[in-house]
Amino acid sequence: MRKFKTMVQDFGWPRIIIFFFLVALFIAAPFVRVRIDASIGDVFNRFGQNAIFVLAMVPMIQAGCGLNFGLSIGVIAGLLGSTLSIQFGLHGIAGFLGAVAFSAPFAILFGWLYGKLLNKVKGEEMTISMYVGFAGVMLMSIFWLILPFTSPNMVWGYAGKGLRTTITVEGYWLRVLNDFLAIRIGPNFVFPTGELLFVALCAFLMWLFMRTKTGTAMTAVGSNPDYARASGISVDKMRTVSVVLSTFLGAVGICVFEQSFGFIQLYGAPLNMPFAAVAAILIGGASVNKASMLNVVVGAFLFQGLLTMTPSVINSALQTDVSEVIRIVVSNGIILYALTRKTKVAK
Amino acid sequence: MSGKKSFGRFFSENAVVIIFLLITVACIKPSGLSLTYIGQEMLTRLGRDSFLVLALLLPIYAGMGLNFGMTLGAMSGQIGLILAMNWNLRGVDGLIFAVLAGTPISVLMGYICGVVLNKAKGREMVTGYILAFFINGVYQFIVLYMMGVAVPIKNPAILLSRGYGIRNTLNLEGVRQSLDNLGMIHLGPFALPMATYAVIAVLCVFIVWFKRTKLGQDMRAVGYDMAVAEAAGVPVNRTRVLAIIISTVLACFGQIIFLQNMGNFATYNAHDQTSFFAIAAILVGGASVKRATIPNVFIGVVLLHVLFIVSPLAGQNLFGSAMIGEYFRQFIGYGVIALSLVLYAWRNRKEIERRREGFRGGTAGAAAAPAEGVGK
Repeated sequence: MRKFKTMVQDFGWPRIIIFFFLVALFIAAPFVRVRIDASIGDVFNRFGQNAIFVLAMVPMIQAGCGLNFGLSIGVIAGLLGSTLSIQFGLHGIAGFLGAVAFSAPFAILFGWLYGKLLNKVKGEEMTISMYVGFAGVMLMSIFWLILPFTSPNMVWGYAGKGLRTTITVEGYWLRVLNDFLAIRIGPNFVFPTGELLFVALCAFLMWLFMRTKTGTAMTAVGSNPDYARASGISVDKMRTVSVVLSTFLGAVGICVFEQSFGFIQLYGAPLNMPFAAVAAILIGGASVNKASMLNVVVGAFLFQGLLTMTPSVINSALQTDVSEVIRIVVSNGIILYALTRKTKVAK
Repeated sequence: MSGKKSFGRFFSENAVVIIFLLITVACIKPSGLSLTYIGQEMLTRLGRDSFLVLALLLPIYAGMGLNFGMTLGAMSGQIGLILAMNWNLRGVDGLIFAVLAGTPISVLMGYICGVVLNKAKGREMVTGYILAFFINGVYQFIVLYMMGVAVPIKNPAILLSRGYGIRNTLNLEGVRQSLDNLGMIHLGPFALPMATYAVIAVLCVFIVWFKRTKLGQDMRAVGYDMAVAEAAGVPVNRTRVLAIIISTVLACFGQIIFLQNMGNFATYNAHDQTSFFAIAAILVGGASVKRATIPNVFIGVVLLHVLFIVSPLAGQNLFGSAMIGEYFRQFIGYGVIALSLVLYAWRNRKEIERRREGFRGGTAGAAAAPAEGVGK
């Protein structure tokens, strides 16, 4: 019994409640005429869309920089990369890889600056990263208007300049990952193999990285900066590396998101993206200073499952659109729970 | 040498205000607006926003940083106004009713916020921010689904056509500017809403008086050092909760004043930007996370709003696009908050490093970090 109790405590009540809530939604789905195969397909798809954002949280949490509320900085770099890819007219898998490649230098530059800044404000990273992210999105909005993009698919038709709010990637690299080896069962269920393989690859690389010398040093910095310094690790350098990595993953994440979602969303769109990723990793069982690959997978799956299932099931059941409210309350409730928990002593 | 140093110090302590002043002044000319127009707008907005910004002061005294949870108070005020509209109360009566209805809700909200923030000591700001999101969900649930079902709403004009839930935009015709018009004085080209100013003045007096009471002194002690205050017998948690409750109640009043001036409000979004504007304003006015004064509030409101008035037009005239000005002003708002938080945290760290150097006796530390500018 005591063992069960500690197990429950380790897993955390919010996660258990959300898990059972999700299971209940799946059970209820057929009764309110929501197709369960389509729903499961959606959950997999959205898991793939968002998992990289969640993965991007890991390095900074591990390095002791807290939750990356400034993930939008990475998203901006990714948006730059993907718009450039379309500007140069890259198609298919080359288009997607091009988007990632173009965004890499921006992500590294932005991440480096952002990391330098966060090194100056240790202990206050979370609030500051949030506002740095907001400010970055707004500054970039000005640039979306004035950057000299010319592709007719992206600029406003009547003015001939300034990027549109949403740009379709159809005809360029729509669903290139999703459709790679996709498994189609019946008319409604599609398993996005390529997308999930890509996520798995990224997660594996991250797992591997965390076990390299740099990765271990990073974790050491996060667990005990003084000890890390005493053993000759440059704390600031490790933190910067973690921020650059997180920012780069944010950029990759938005490219994956776009190819599946079908649109590049500019201007204010990245403002709230970090919050979903933060909520997801916390649902997955990460705390403000500890996160693992398992947390990423569980969290992204539970959170996206919740986002997919609540609207369809609750709305069909109650004939209202109350699900948006549920989403707001649940995702922010989870973040709140994690922030107010006393930091547990590492076992 | 010393003159140069004190100038540097003055600049670093007031960097935000100075930078902001320069940007604002630079934007006035290209906006093409007359100084009379800007002056009138400024006077109006001073009445509209000052109360909300003043609500931020007490938590700063209590060392809890910028109270992002003030949004909770704003939501309480909006519920008060919705109820006033429901009973078709007009004029100042309607406002007083909204205040009376909003106060108990905001006290409860403030209590919740205070308790939550006590569990998140050291990261109050980000927690308050997320708490505001969380309660926003609850607010939407109540206003969009419960009003007209669990909360009886008699006035069909404010109800959605489906029979429950409040309309997206609420027209406050009955109470529009009723406080502002109460003692409006026309002075040359300017109209001064004296009653609103009087309310703000009363609040300022209250704050000055409050700082001298036992509770106010306790708050300062808690803000200075929680451990010392605890040792001296100050009930730390209780004091912090009280600071937040008062701030939330003031934010509730502030939002009512704000909305009566605006004349209508977006039921589900009006509170989204409340804390953003108020916090940007107090920071622009030269406050920091730990230190804020009443002058900071007024300087901030004036500077921020002058920029907000001129920037869209300046953007239009300089770049040929009003959107650029609009994005620019949002960038400035967020950027100012980021910048002053960074400056504050950075200064704090310097201070800690300096102290640590002191422990080392200045020998080991001298090699590790250049001591220039850190020493006295």
